[in-house]
Amino acid sequence: MTVILPILPEILLLALGILVLVLDPFWKDENRRLNLGWLTAGGLFLILAVSLAVARPGEEAALVFGGMLRDDWLGFVFKMFFLFGAAITALFMMDVEGVGRRAESYLLLLAATLGVNLMASAADLVMLYLAIETTSIPLYILAGFLTGDEKSTESGFKYMLFGALTSAVLLYGFSLIYGFSGETGLYALAASFPTLSLLALGIIFLVLVGLSFKVSLFPFHFWAPDVYEGAPTPVAGFLSTASKAAGFAVVLRLFMAVFPSLAANWSVILAILATLTMTVGNLIALTQKNVKRMLAYSSIAHAGYAMIGVVAFSQLGTASTVFYLIAYILTNLAAFGIVTAFGRVAGSDDMKAYYGLSRRAPTLALMMLVAFLSLAGMPPFGGFVGKVFVFAAAIQQGWIWLAVVGILNSIVGLYYYLTVLKYVYLYRMEGEEEEKHPIPLSRPYAIALTVLSIGIIAVGVIFGPWFGLASGAAASLF
Amino acid sequence: MQFPILSVIVFTPMTAAMLILLIKSERKNEIRVTALAAATFALILSLWVYFNYDKAAAGYQFVEKYNWMPMLGISLHFGVDGMSAPLVLLTGVVMFTGVLISWGIDDRPREFFAFMFILASGVFGVFASLDLFMLFFFYEIAVFPMYLLIAIWGWIKTREYAAMKLTLYLFIGSVVSLIGALAMYWQSGLQTFDMLALEQAAFSPAFQKLWFPFVFFGFAVLGGIFPFHNWSPDGHVAAPTAVSMFHAGVLMKLGAFAALRVGIMLLPDGAKFWSPLIMGLALVNIVYGAFIAMVQTDFKYVIGFSSVSHMGLVMMGFSTLTRVGLTGAGVQMFSHGVMTALFFAAVGMVYDRAHTRDIPKLGGMVKPMPLVAVAFIIGGLVSMGMPGLSGFVAEFPIFMGIWQVKPLVAIIAAVSIVVTAAYIMLVIRRVFFGSMPAEFEGHIGTITAQDKVALVFLCVIMICLGLTPALMVPWVQTGVQHLLSLLGGA
Repeated sequence: MTVILPILPEILLLALGILVLVLDPFWKDENRRLNLGWLTAGGLFLILAVSLAVARPGEEAALVFGGMLRDDWLGFVFKMFFLFGAAITALFMMDVEGVGRRAESYLLLLAATLGVNLMASAADLVMLYLAIETTSIPLYILAGFLTGDEKSTESGFKYMLFGALTSAVLLYGFSLIYGFSGETGLYALAASFPTLSLLALGIIFLVLVGLSFKVSLFPFHFWAPDVYEGAPTPVAGFLSTASKAAGFAVVLRLFMAVFPSLAANWSVILAILATLTMTVGNLIALTQKNVKRMLAYSSIAHAGYAMIGVVAFSQLGTASTVFYLIAYILTNLAAFGIVTAFGRVAGSDDMKAYYGLSRRAPTLALMMLVAFLSLAGMPPFGGFVGKVFVFAAAIQQGWIWLAVVGILNSIVGLYYYLTVLKYVYLYRMEGEEEEKHPIPLSRPYAIALTVLSIGIIAVGVIFGPWFGLASGAAASLF
Repeated sequence: MQFPILSVIVFTPMTAAMLILLIKSERKNEIRVTALAAATFALILSLWVYFNYDKAAAGYQFVEKYNWMPMLGISLHFGVDGMSAPLVLLTGVVMFTGVLISWGIDDRPREFFAFMFILASGVFGVFASLDLFMLFFFYEIAVFPMYLLIAIWGWIKTREYAAMKLTLYLFIGSVVSLIGALAMYWQSGLQTFDMLALEQAAFSPAFQKLWFPFVFFGFAVLGGIFPFHNWSPDGHVAAPTAVSMFHAGVLMKLGAFAALRVGIMLLPDGAKFWSPLIMGLALVNIVYGAFIAMVQTDFKYVIGFSSVSHMGLVMMGFSTLTRVGLTGAGVQMFSHGVMTALFFAAVGMVYDRAHTRDIPKLGGMVKPMPLVAVAFIIGGLVSMGMPGLSGFVAEFPIFMGIWQVKPLVAIIAAVSIVVTAAYIMLVIRRVFFGSMPAEFEGHIGTITAQDKVALVFLCVIMICLGLTPALMVPWVQTGVQHLLSLLGGA
């Protein structure tokens, strides 16, 4: 029994997927949305609860399944947030036209969740690559799920082309690692690259290409806006949170396990990439007229902020990245959830459509305020504490210029988040008859958004326990 | 365990904001009454704290400490000293009068009061925090609701521009100080954000000289120091009346206070090194602000620039680093807060009835609203530093302090008193006296009972303080004593 505990969440995910698939044909069409959605979301929450109760890793990290996976707190913390994110995404999917009534969409979501979970704990190059593909392939399909919609098709296709290319480059990097060391286990590789060589640099470059795509780091961020805009909004939310955070889990584990002695070198590369990512993401976000595209660019920028903690290469740095991602997952899910709930009724993601929202739906507007201010890094929301911690980690390790760049960027960020809030709170709809155009929230959205709003504030105010979780995760790498 | 009064003060507005958000938005009167009840409660508590502060014992009192995040040494640590106790009281006063003045707001009062109270919680939090991290936490909370308050309920012509400008300026300032604060945290090696511990950290002079400008000027942006004062007149003018009161009355003190507490108290050697620069900039504030105020034709801009000028006096008091100068600065923060709140309230009342703030178009307002005129004149006298009113108690020591350090600066700064007198008299004559333009005849209504209570309350405070300086000076002196011990002087 103890053997399967480390992969208990994954086993249960698979079982849930099968359950969805088996039960689906027995349900009548009109019940389908409700049954499928609640089954998936409820099942995911149940898996989360069960895993938290029985599958917690021990104090000492252990390699399991012949070194394929590592049972440690880093993986576990990420897994729990992925399960949570997937459950929320399932709730968001329920009322989306063309997605909510089809069992395939939920099944693909579960498959992708399985993939991200494995990415978080993979400790072997082979396992890692398989996990990345298990995540990517269902997401390619989900992004292009609305086959009648040109933008969605384009989105899925674009995502797949970019994804396939970068994953081939990543695989090439992995093959070089194996070729020159004869090892595939991440933790056996640490001694293989003791000094800087052209080979090591080449490998770092190839691996970074593949992973930059996953976390949408400059210059491999181009896909994100188009894919997010075209994909069904909940899927975009999942892409920008769980899938991106999984990429970070891999970056953290891989660089710390395989190239610890080259930290001084790769941290410079990552610092430059982080700078470019933040700056490019924020500057382009300034000019956006579509909320989904703006959120896409903002999520690129957030990858840059989170990377600051990785650059710092210390226990605090890693912990701050994990904390940042926790806050970011909650916040960005909320942001995309609000866009989904709004776009479903209003039929548009254009910023102009948001005029007068605070009069049409005061509660939704307030939730938007919470999510966007958290993205902007304002207390008492999670984003503020996350940002302070990554900057603190950077300053501790002497990366003062990087902290300054991050801060300058967060000012740019504040500007465009406030601009959207200005439309929501200040501007009026045409005709000024907002009361006649309410935005009703269906129950799944109400539940999910309430949970997320409370979560954002909880992470931002009572940050001690969350940071404890993040430090626990970080400690398992050092 | 004693009653955690400071936490209650800090979280009362926040809790009230949540309650207000739960009330249905149509029930406007219930919202107003709830807001007033919360504000009264906070005012009573802050009065209690102020008068129960033990001046003989001095130091930090009503201290509460809860470990918030032991790993990084962050704690929820509240306490007031002689410097911050008057400011907590000031916040209570402005919050109370602000609610009264805003009684007439009819567009989404629920959101208005909720945002204003979140802001108030942030302000109380900064004044009471003894933990550097929490200070920033509350500082940012105090900054962002301002954006919405100005952008939604502000003056339609400039509100979008002014709100964004203000928010970006203040945010830039605060994050610059944040870098400095984090540098202090790591440099000290104490693994704590506790300011009482950081006071004793004894940073090397080189470190202090390097980081002092970051911390001090980052916060001083909110204090309106030249050349970063630009946001303030625009922001004040665009904001709705109660928010201008809050803004000029309390928020600018927030900047000055944080600059004092984090900048001067934690990096005293840096303060000594940089004080000539601060003094120079403050001098520009005082004189330039006064002159610019004189040439304004918009009633509210006059007051906006007069705030810049008077906040310069606070900064000037800081820069002297002497006992009298600092004491004056401490009293000036309170006195100017009350005075400018009164000014903005009066301007708001005139504007609400005349629908213009263009000074040449106004006149004869003394007839329909005599109380406003009287209150404005009292405020004006305070502003000129007339003996017997709070302004004198505050400004006289500041000038004495400057004289001790640099007599020449004192002489130049004194020019501002004359200029202030000139523009205040001009405004009083043109707005309140003279003949009323024909289009206003019979159109100017009287002010409401709530307005009257607020005005009288503010006037009484200024007069009491002016007649009996012992109501505040001893408090501030205990704070200054502690400051001087950190500065290594007598």
